[in-house]
This record gives sequence, structure tokens and C-alpha cells, in this order.
Amino acid sequence: MSLPAVTSTAHQARLHPLPLRIMHWINAVAIFIMIGSGWKIYNDDVIFGFLHFPDWIVIGKWAQYGLQWHFFGMWIFVLNGLAYLAYGIATGRFRRKLFPVAIPEVLATVGDALRLRLRHDDLTHYNAVQKAMYLGVMLVGIVIVISGLALWKPVQFSELAGLFGSFQTIRLVHFLCMSAIVAFILVHVTLALLVPRSLVAMLAGGPVVDDGMPRSAPAAPEIEATQ
Amino acid sequence: MTIRIRIPAILRPREPSAPSESSALGKKPRALDDLNRRGLLRGAAGLGALGMLTGCDVSEEPPVQSFLRTVSAWNDAVQETLFRPHHLAPTFAPSQVVKPPRFNAYYDIEDVKPVDGATWTLELLGRIDNKQPWTAQQIYQLPEQNLIIRHICVEGWDYIGQWSGPNLRDFLNRVGADPTAKYVYFICADDYTESIDMACALHPQTILATKYAGDTITDPFGYPLRLRTSTKLGYKNAKWIKAIEVTNEFRETFWSKQGFNWFAGI
Repeated sequence: MSLPAVTSTAHQARLHPLPLRIMHWINAVAIFIMIGSGWKIYNDDVIFGFLHFPDWIVIGKWAQYGLQWHFFGMWIFVLNGLAYLAYGIATGRFRRKLFPVAIPEVLATVGDALRLRLRHDDLTHYNAVQKAMYLGVMLVGIVIVISGLALWKPVQFSELAGLFGSFQTIRLVHFLCMSAIVAFILVHVTLALLVPRSLVAMLAGGPVVDDGMPRSAPAAPEIEATQ
Repeated sequence: MTIRIRIPAILRPREPSAPSESSALGKKPRALDDLNRRGLLRGAAGLGALGMLTGCDVSEEPPVQSFLRTVSAWNDAVQETLFRPHHLAPTFAPSQVVKPPRFNAYYDIEDVKPVDGATWTLELLGRIDNKQPWTAQQIYQLPEQNLIIRHICVEGWDYIGQWSGPNLRDFLNRVGADPTAKYVYFICADDYTESIDMACALHPQTILATKYAGDTITDPFGYPLRLRTSTKLGYKNAKWIKAIEVTNEFRETFWSKQGFNWFAGI
């Protein structure tokens, strides 16, 4: 196996290093458990009269099962999420890949996307909308955990719960965060399916890059073939 | 219902994409086509199919249920650690009190079997020095504590209620209960059982309620005696109490037997 000829001083890594891929897929499972069981819990006392999640889509046949899954999934979601945030900050990945986010660039990219003119030949570079969405969903993930803590322990953490106002407001915030995550997942999964190389990269690691910078950027499949 | 999960098709990479120089216009029909074929609705149905696979049966499988209950027991221990024995729950103004309180039990309000206060007695069991039973009249003469606190049901609803009655810690002291014991059990007239940890029993906002909004509690809400604590979910607040037992022995309770979390702290 020969390494590609690049400047030997640069740090070599996959686009998605193994720890990141592991955390991504653990998170996918945790989110799946949390949303499915959360819908079951929601059904016992709906916030919106028109919205009741059908039995076939929720996790847990009975209320206690939904609760059991939710209060199991929370540990995976939170511990994995903390590991992910620590990793992203410590390795500089967030700084390299998600910043800076320029608002005009976000708008221009949204325009391109709506006209289906979005370029996605380079997996190693996130466009402005991707940056905004990944940062946004992380923020929502943090808020959903904080509101979840306030829902779980409105008395022990009454100082935190008090920031939201009433108990039902905490539920609403928790619900809206879930809705935002579901919307994110729909877009994220749809785009991953439209550009299957990105899905393969999250499984296999993707192209080898220099410390976050793309290596002379040939098409991804070629790089895969040379490994 | 037929549900097809086409994961292999999703995982299989397509032919190498067109050269990066290709015009965006050239990709347009293909992208549209993809969006239609593997659109949002199809994706949502796939998620639901998986939800069904994991939801309906898996939780009831003995190894899975056993695992989930182990996690629930671990969560009990975590909640015990998080509990602040002297931290008070928020209290509210009398104007915010909902009248009557909201009913909750494992059956409907029409099926409540009223308890006769004239013949009712409270039995004391376990690690208690003075096990003399109490009549309603005796209990109703004890000093009262007034609590206007939020009731939170595990289902997600809540309301503010005003409860009065003897403080449980004072009562346990009065009858010579062992405050180092682990649990206080409540046995109810409707065969309901519930128990709380001693830290909760000794919390300043835990009372044996005899009144709601200043009047003797009515039949559906636990007459003549019920528990009301600010630090637990609704179902921990036993109604129609007929016996109190102080013990070190952990026993499953009405809802914990069915898989609900035992500690149920808020």
C-alpha cells in the first residue's frame, strides 16, 4: 500500500476519521430511538390536537416502553454528543470545516440549491448552507438536551426549568427542537441519497486529505480505488 | 401492509458521476428524477417500518425488557444522587389553583370506590415504634401544612393544586418511625401500592394531604388520606391510603411492576 505523494509535513487523515464515523452512526441510532420513543410519550398527552403519531411509527407499544427507550437512549445521545463536541473542538475539525459561515454565501447557496445548481463534486468542502445546517442542528441538539433535563427534573433543576416559564413551555421547546431535527434529517438523508458518495464516505472514511484540506481533488471514486 | 426496505439500493454507489466540469444544467433532470424516486415520503415510510420493527415486539422480549429495566434501575440511582433534600419546589399563588384537581388513577373516575371515613383507620407497619392505628378524626386534628405546588403527570400534563395536611416527616417522628430506613410504603384501599425513598418522605414538601383548596378532599382524589409530594411524578402520590409501612426492603409497586420508573423524581 503506497501513500499518495504529498508534502510529508502535512498531517494525513481521511475526510471522516474513524472516531467521527463511529460517533455519527451511534448518534443516528440514538436519535432514532429518541424520536420514536419521544413520539410515543407525546401521544399520551398531545400538544397539538391535530397531531397524534400513528402507532406503527412510534417506538414502544405501551407508554412505559416508550419511556424506557427514551430514558435509555438519552444516555447514548448525551454521552456520544459530548464526545462528538469534544472531538470536534479538540481536533479543530469544527473550526476547519464549519467556520466561517458567511450569511451572503448562505443565501447564494440556497438560491443555487433551489435552482438545482448546487455543486457537490467536492465532498471535502462544505458549502455555506451545509455549514449553517450542521451548526444549527448542533445548537438544536444542545437545546433539546437542556429542555429535556428541565422536563425530567423541573424541581431538582428548578432554576433551569424557571428559564423556560411554565412546564408546558418546556415541553413545547423540546417538541420544536425535535421537529427541527426531523426536518434536518429529511434534508440530510435526502441529499446523502442524491450524492451516494457522501454516504459511502461516512461509512468508509472518504478521500485522504491533508489536515482538512483537499488533496489535489480528483473524483472521489478514483481515490477509493487507490487505497 | 407491505413494507419494503430497500437498503441495498441506497448503499450501492451509482456509476461514477459525470466529470466535475459538466454543466449544472446537465444534472438537473437526473437530480429531479432522484428526488421523485427516493423522496421524502418514501424515506419517512422506511423510518416508520423500522420503528414498527423495533417498537411493537422488541421491547417486550424478555432480554430486551430486562435490559431496559436495568437501565431504569440505574436511572433510579442517578436520580437519588441528583436529589437535593433541602431544595424546595416552586410554589404558587392561591389564584393559580385549579379546581377541582385533575383526576388520575388506573381506572376511570366513575369506578372510584369511596372510602367510609367513619370506619376507616390508618394502619402502621414495619420499622415504627408506635403502631397504634389512627382514625380519620385523629389525623384531621394534627397540625396542617399548606402546599400550592405543581402536579406533573408522567403523561405530560400538569396543573397547580393546593393541598393541606400533616407533614409526613412530622408524622413519622410522632409515631417513632426509623428515619434511617430506606423506604416508606403506602398500601391503598383500591389495591394500589406505591413507595417512596426516605429522603423524599423527609422532604419539607411531602405531606399526608387531607384537604384540597381548603376543603376536605373528595372521594375521587383520595379521601380520607393521600400522599402529596412536590418531588415526584403524579403516580407516586398514593391515594386512599390505608396503611403506611417503613421498611428497608425494596418491593415493586403498582406501576413499577409494569415497567414504569420506580424513583419517578422530578
